[in-house]
Amino acid sequence: MALSDKDRIFTNLYGMQDWRLPAAQRRGNWDGTKAILERGRDGIIEEVKNSGLRGRGGAGFPTGMKWSFMPKQASERPHYLVVNADESEPGTCKDRDIIRHDPHTLIEGCLIAGFAMGAHAGYIYIRGEYYNESEVLEAAIEEAYAAGLIGKNACGSGWDFDLYVHRGAGAYICGEETALIESLEGKKGMPRLKPPFPAAVGLYGAPTTVNNVETIAVVPEIMRRGGAWFAQFGRPKNSGTKIFCIQGHVNRPCNVEEEMSIPMRELIERHAGGVRGGWDNLLCVIPGGSSTPLLPKHICDDVLMDFDALREHKSGLGTAGVIVMDKSTDIVRAIARLSRFYKHESCGQCTPCREGMGWVSRMMDRMVEGRAEVEEIDLLEEVTRRIEGHTICALADGGVWPVQGLIRHYRPVMEERIAAYKAARGGAQLPLAAE
Amino acid sequence: MAKVTVDGIEVEVPNGASVLQACEAAGKEIPRFCYHERLSVAGNCRMCLVEVEKAPKPIASCAYPVADGMVVKTDSPMVRNARRGVMEFLLINHPLDCPICDQGGECDLQDQAVAYGMDHSRYREPKRVVKDKYMGPLIKTIMTRCIQCTRCVRFSAEVAGTSELGGTNRGENMEIGTYVEKALTSELSGNLIDICPVGALTSRPYAFVSRPWELRKTDSIDVQDATGTNIRIDTRGPEVLRILPRINDDVNEEWMADRGRFSFDGLKRKRLDRPWLRVDGKLRPASWAEAFRAIAARVRAASPDRIGAVAGELVDAESVFALKALMAALGSQNLDCRTDGAAIDASRRDFFLFNSTIAGIDQADALLIIGSDPRKEAPVINARIRKRTLAGRFPVARIGAPGVDLTYPHQHLGDGPAALRALLDGSHPFMEVLKGAKNPMVIVGRGALARPDGLHVLAAAWQVAVAANALRPDWHGFNLLHLFGGQAGALELGFLPGPRGRTLGGMLGGGVDVLWLLGADGFDPAAIGAETFVIYQGHHGDRAAARADVILPGAAYTEKDATYLNTEGRAQRAWLAVHAPGEAREDWRIIRAASEVLGTRLPFDTLEQLRAAMAQAVPMLAAPFAPRGCEDASGPAGNPSEMSDAPFAPAITHYHLADQIARASDVMAECARVYGEAPALAAE
Amino acid sequence: MSAVEHIEPTTFAFDEQSEAQVTKILARYPAGKQASATIPLLYVVQRQMGRQTGSAWVPRLAMDVIAERLGIAPIRVYEVATFYFMFNMKPIGRYHLQLCGTTPCMLRGSDDVMRACHDAAHVHVGQTSADGLFTLTEVECLGACVNAPVLQVDDDYYEDLDYDRTVALIEALKRGERPKPGSTIGRQTSAPEGGPLTLTDVPGE
Repeated sequence: MALSDKDRIFTNLYGMQDWRLPAAQRRGNWDGTKAILERGRDGIIEEVKNSGLRGRGGAGFPTGMKWSFMPKQASERPHYLVVNADESEPGTCKDRDIIRHDPHTLIEGCLIAGFAMGAHAGYIYIRGEYYNESEVLEAAIEEAYAAGLIGKNACGSGWDFDLYVHRGAGAYICGEETALIESLEGKKGMPRLKPPFPAAVGLYGAPTTVNNVETIAVVPEIMRRGGAWFAQFGRPKNSGTKIFCIQGHVNRPCNVEEEMSIPMRELIERHAGGVRGGWDNLLCVIPGGSSTPLLPKHICDDVLMDFDALREHKSGLGTAGVIVMDKSTDIVRAIARLSRFYKHESCGQCTPCREGMGWVSRMMDRMVEGRAEVEEIDLLEEVTRRIEGHTICALADGGVWPVQGLIRHYRPVMEERIAAYKAARGGAQLPLAAE
Repeated sequence: MAKVTVDGIEVEVPNGASVLQACEAAGKEIPRFCYHERLSVAGNCRMCLVEVEKAPKPIASCAYPVADGMVVKTDSPMVRNARRGVMEFLLINHPLDCPICDQGGECDLQDQAVAYGMDHSRYREPKRVVKDKYMGPLIKTIMTRCIQCTRCVRFSAEVAGTSELGGTNRGENMEIGTYVEKALTSELSGNLIDICPVGALTSRPYAFVSRPWELRKTDSIDVQDATGTNIRIDTRGPEVLRILPRINDDVNEEWMADRGRFSFDGLKRKRLDRPWLRVDGKLRPASWAEAFRAIAARVRAASPDRIGAVAGELVDAESVFALKALMAALGSQNLDCRTDGAAIDASRRDFFLFNSTIAGIDQADALLIIGSDPRKEAPVINARIRKRTLAGRFPVARIGAPGVDLTYPHQHLGDGPAALRALLDGSHPFMEVLKGAKNPMVIVGRGALARPDGLHVLAAAWQVAVAANALRPDWHGFNLLHLFGGQAGALELGFLPGPRGRTLGGMLGGGVDVLWLLGADGFDPAAIGAETFVIYQGHHGDRAAARADVILPGAAYTEKDATYLNTEGRAQRAWLAVHAPGEAREDWRIIRAASEVLGTRLPFDTLEQLRAAMAQAVPMLAAPFAPRGCEDASGPAGNPSEMSDAPFAPAITHYHLADQIARASDVMAECARVYGEAPALAAE
Repeated sequence: MSAVEHIEPTTFAFDEQSEAQVTKILARYPAGKQASATIPLLYVVQRQMGRQTGSAWVPRLAMDVIAERLGIAPIRVYEVATFYFMFNMKPIGRYHLQLCGTTPCMLRGSDDVMRACHDAAHVHVGQTSADGLFTLTEVECLGACVNAPVLQVDDDYYEDLDYDRTVALIEALKRGERPKPGSTIGRQTSAPEGGPLTLTDVPGE
């Protein structure tokens, strides 16, 4: 059973209607916001907890719990809400649609979330490439100010709330919450050591919560319809609706808001016109953005799209960027290109990532040609293990998992390519750079 | 306190301590590259990873706080694997040019590679090459060796306070440097060499000079400023090859100023390595006997009140004590050690010392600087002040030449006595700041005292301290900042005019017939009377030697066992690292020998005997250092209302050329050129 | 990148339009936290250069001006400017072609788009065309993956490209035209080709 339109939160996902305030209000945005705030901090956090909402930025941390980490007692230090709109994980383009077509869902969510965590100010950190999107967002914020929805005495609630847009400038790492905070403070986006966590020491040293755009944007509807409504979708602990980005070798790539835990095959076939050349032409799927290891077809046949099901297969829901690859795909090259991405985006702080991602990427480039020894597949695997878990942030982990997934599922393809390369050159020893 | 178990050993460490500190408390050595005790924690090298029970991944011990009951493993398979991995990653793009690397033999990377490295490289891709950067005459860079630990970036931003270094670009292309080619502007830049764990930043003057295992190491004291920086002199045979700081948390922590570190090539140049005698208006080489005979002839001919002696800037206490004894034996009271003419009142020790102590800066909560630029006069002390400002709530104000960058924010109250007066009459609000502080500090520079009204300035500065309630038995907030390592010692030894004696000013212009200059180079020798017979005893043919009638070649601070008093009044011992060149001798011996020829034989034949006599006369020179509060707030003579309106002139205008050794150094000359300081002497 | 081969201007000052933006930007951050404006001010510089010279880049001197304005050390601005990929540290062509080459675009034919850029704009990655019109950069994922492959021209995304449509786009740019950004096959933004299958029953307009 597919999600019906009446249960969709992002009713202007495709921009069929106007994004501006009057149209947004006709779609139900900003309806009874004051009453929502009147339920108090604890009431809001409780409702969000009841909804089972887990962060939509990739890690899937329970949102209500995250908010509850913010200090309860007011102190000299301000509290900040920071919204992560640095959407840069390859395969992910959902927040862009929220921002450009449904910005008021986000702005209203910012007010409610900000209130719930005691923040009078919020910053939306949007990736620099989304220039036109940021223009829409700023205009929508201005509308909200003009209508008294945010700013002094927001929605007549007595709560003051300012909201600002801050553009990034081309750095995937700024999607990591502490790198984002560093960047927002005017520095290089290098992740911070934790502890302390942002809820204790965040933006400008003050308590801060960083949430993904989609996470914040679903909150107003959760508050209006109740946590139980949201929780009815998907399996327990994986509840709610979710925007999926279906792309790659499908007939009709698209974004769509669907129920969590929808079978992958159903998702692809119902919304994206199915795999190019039919389901049997499927090679594999990267289910949740580039950091999640690929799943070969036999797993895709019946896997569900949620946190726990994908984790059982050593992959993850991530950002729900579903990258579909048919049998024409050079899978080694597809993953090698991701390795190059992570090399390019490593901030350079931690030794294993700074040095290791380049090593992995260069080896992967040779694997694409087959210009390698079979034993080097083991070396490649070992290098990824020496990177994984040894760095400040998770970029390196996300960068090596695709390679590990490739070796796990497609090692024979890599070996064949090496053999073919040798065969084409009469089996001679390989000339390598360092020799 | 938190109980932590490290490899089965239970230790108690303070809450808030890092896991690394707990490991060290348990006697476990944790390898590290980016971590440095005196810098902020970066946690980026990942070499110090350890396993913590129940944690899924190894943690960076330098950054992770301990928790009570934590169980840490520093030698588990998880830890060994992590460290081997990090080591391999560090080495894949490292040039492995150890045989031609100056860091070789004292390289953290080399040492750790022995413990965690592999015997072969598995890296078969092209290695990264990084362009070298120009950072000035002192620092040599070989940036391909850089492991991006960012210690240098943090040192420059945090300790030196001159944010010039950074990491530009990102990922594997990150490069450490200034981005825009420029010489580093810090007087502490040499410390970058010490903190760089690899051979990326090395000493330019020391390039390809020696290997650490060839060096003999001698403990000493930097006398080229008055901080009393604890140093180690590295020598091979008769040559000083480099100078490094030693750790002393009360004095220099582990830093050292560039002039003291890099001037030593001046120890080989312009040296006085044999006696000289002026005959028919020209200096010619002479024997010791000839030199002494010439001196004896003139001294015997002179009336005792027409004989004078001046102690210089870099002199050791033993020599000063010996010369004072000789002058006493000759019946002269004409002594002085204030070559800059500073109106220092030595009637009480706390009138001329840095009484709050250097470590005491950490306890101060307001500071007034009068006529001093501590950044140029004592860079390490200035770094201590900066460290205090970083800790917060430390208002600093300064009176003196405007436009001085001390590396920390401060209020400029004015350029001369008018501002001092405004503080005293309460019309300037900073007086309220000082009064409101618990431990206010006043620092007076010699530049404020080396002027006709210096006595009144000194009195005014003291009175500000009194008004601020900075002079209490539990806190002494009055501080005089000296410029060179010999100055406080000579004052403590009372190398000053006797009751009927002449000051330096009185001795100049023909005030005496015989003038004995012990390394005294801080004044213009042209002011000496034409008829005055000048004996110059010292190690460098600097300004005064050219005026001498007899030159007695002495030993530089590297060439003798000697005692120095720093600006705090802390007596510290230096040891002979190399022998003085040629016929030059340790200075106390020269004076002892001269006394014999002069028929006034001094009563000590050995250094031990001299020191015993000196300890009896001036116990402080032999006693352990003990900071004292102020028991008596009555101040030096002088009347603030008689101060002139002339602005305070800086005491040191050319940092790299400020003393005799530096003025003989090619390295310092190059620095002066690069940093736009006028060539030696010309402007002074 | 400290080796500078191009000519750096000897002066830089914010013009009136930039000054107005700077004032607005600084108001967003709390007192004493002006360093936050580093990235925004770098954008202001890059836009002003584009406006004034037709080449949107960040001269070295302008970074010093930013440092001065924000009260931070110049090296901190150099660090930021070189860390983030969107600041051009040397002059670029009038149009900045930023082609996404990451896997989602690669799967949908970014190789063909790259070829079209070579053929039509006569430029290779990292270079500026001889006529000074185009600089081509291969960028990482632009975050428009369901509309892959994507080419960003200055601020605008052109989506659902293939070889021919890329050539047509570049030819239009050469003629001084700015085709409407978005899907080049007439898709409704991120909805499936042929029209939305969901959100067909939404109250509103």
